[in-house]
Amino acid sequence: MKPSTIRSVITASSVGTMIEWYDFYIFGMLAKTISTQFFPEGNATAALLSTLAIFAAGFIVRPFGALVFGRLGDLIGRKYTFLLTLVLMGGSTFLIGLVPGYKTIGIAAPLLVLLLRLIQGLALGGEYGGAATYVAEHSPAHKRGFYTSWIQTTATLGLFVALGVIMLVKLNMPDASFNAEWGGWRYPFWISVLLVAISVYIRLKMSESPLFSKLKDEGKTSVNPLKESFRHKANFKMVLMALFGAVMGQGVIWYTGQFYAQSFLENSCKIGFEQSRTIMLWAILFATPFFVFWGWLSDRTGRKWIMMAGMLLAILTYRPIFNTFLDDTAISGHTIEMPGGSSRIIKSDTLFTKTDGIKILQQRVTSGSSNNILFKQKSTDTLVMAEGSILYPPLSAAGITDFSKIPFMLKKDARPVISEKTVPASTYWKFVGLVFLLILYVTMVYGPIAAFLVEIFPTRIRYTSMSLPYHIGNGVFGGLVPFIGLLLTTTFPADPLVGLWYPIGIAALCFIIGSIYLTNKIDENVDD
Amino acid sequence: MNKIKRALGILWFLLAPAVIYFLVDRAIVHIDPAGKKDINNPVIWIIIIGIFTPIAVGLMIFGWFAIKGEYDHLPESSEELN
Repeated sequence: MKPSTIRSVITASSVGTMIEWYDFYIFGMLAKTISTQFFPEGNATAALLSTLAIFAAGFIVRPFGALVFGRLGDLIGRKYTFLLTLVLMGGSTFLIGLVPGYKTIGIAAPLLVLLLRLIQGLALGGEYGGAATYVAEHSPAHKRGFYTSWIQTTATLGLFVALGVIMLVKLNMPDASFNAEWGGWRYPFWISVLLVAISVYIRLKMSESPLFSKLKDEGKTSVNPLKESFRHKANFKMVLMALFGAVMGQGVIWYTGQFYAQSFLENSCKIGFEQSRTIMLWAILFATPFFVFWGWLSDRTGRKWIMMAGMLLAILTYRPIFNTFLDDTAISGHTIEMPGGSSRIIKSDTLFTKTDGIKILQQRVTSGSSNNILFKQKSTDTLVMAEGSILYPPLSAAGITDFSKIPFMLKKDARPVISEKTVPASTYWKFVGLVFLLILYVTMVYGPIAAFLVEIFPTRIRYTSMSLPYHIGNGVFGGLVPFIGLLLTTTFPADPLVGLWYPIGIAALCFIIGSIYLTNKIDENVDD
Repeated sequence: MNKIKRALGILWFLLAPAVIYFLVDRAIVHIDPAGKKDINNPVIWIIIIGIFTPIAVGLMIFGWFAIKGEYDHLPESSEELN
């Protein structure tokens, strides 16, 4: 095959898959705004629909999409199936951007969004297997890992583009304009239709996979791919081995590196919006080429031990890395219980409001700690007549000296809520380096996996057989990282890093199964 | 190595029902219609237990195959999978 042809094959597959990931991510990244627009608080039905939109789309619909479109891909071909998934994904994303808010059309709004979100999940379930199979079936044996690794970059690049587009829109308009019913949050959804149109045009010009075409010409395509994949013991045992020995661990490492890390920086370390996102963007930018490197290396050394090494490194270093995030963002020289601390107050703003005879005091303070972290703290409390109560930070620090105008005191110490930390440059780049490491592990487990999965299964049922374990591993095991993390944190509140035991445990289980049961041998012949 | 594969099969076979027991137990502890966190939401637990049960059954089958020596030799061509 000519180098220009394989380049076109890789481009057509990768660009489309990247756009599908972009479409899938923007919903999650804009979840807060979307929930305000479509799933208002206090409405039980809307809350139920919100839960289904978030959880069902990832957990149930993605594996189901793998079955539906995997079967279709083995019956009618790879090209038209992953063209269909792209159109479904792009169309539903664009339409989410057009659904009027709950205020305008009531319960129809969340119902429409749920329906479109489920179509997104279904389409995503069918896309990856098609793209990976399509590229692998065009690749020579000694470059299969290298060529398919380009597909592996798409999930990360989709995240990169989604983060970039959202930041670009958000930073160029006031929050009120961004969050309005027809505000800026809809732009990333509308942009999707342009990206999809370009990708559909590229994919339409491609021809069918040569291996599938050959099978079709010989009349050897599968009549019932689902039955052949999951009811024939010889194939089913390989599906189970792929899931428990490779994809399950890959899924949790992928999710922890690319999503949990960002959530941890933002919610546990309280780093502000712009810094937490740019840390991720830099790390992704530096780490992405390694998908291709590990894919290339896997053609020489085998796939298994690269993936196992990625899992082992993650198991050993997750806790030290996340612990560093916590330690380096702790506010030193500042003790909440001790009024006055040693942090310097940069800006202070005190607000009194009076409603129904109750006085509310709100203090917003921008401070700097002795380890050069800027942060905001907000205290809100009800004022009542009392003696011996104290304010923190002290009112004198806020420039208020005439206490005669304040006839009330705080009912109890107003403990400030700390947010929007800005870390100094040295810490910022250290965090970029640590997140880079987390994503490097992702590249190790994810770079070679498409070639690994393609080589396990025969051409006639390849799309179906590889899609299901992939989406269970990534959608279910990976997608559950935040939920199980929350479950563990609630059960064992003393350890702020307890949520990491889920990805560590799953990766360790997968490492043991993979090391013992998988083979490192590369299957030269995927034509059979 | 084949002996280790078969012996560990027992572990995988037993791990699956333990996982289901753990999830059901945690669901009973955490479901609270008045709660506001995800882990208090019964719908999420139904989805998770519903999707994890067949996966756990898959782990049991994987363990069973391992015990029976199905993974002693891995197929080297697609002919062996048909």
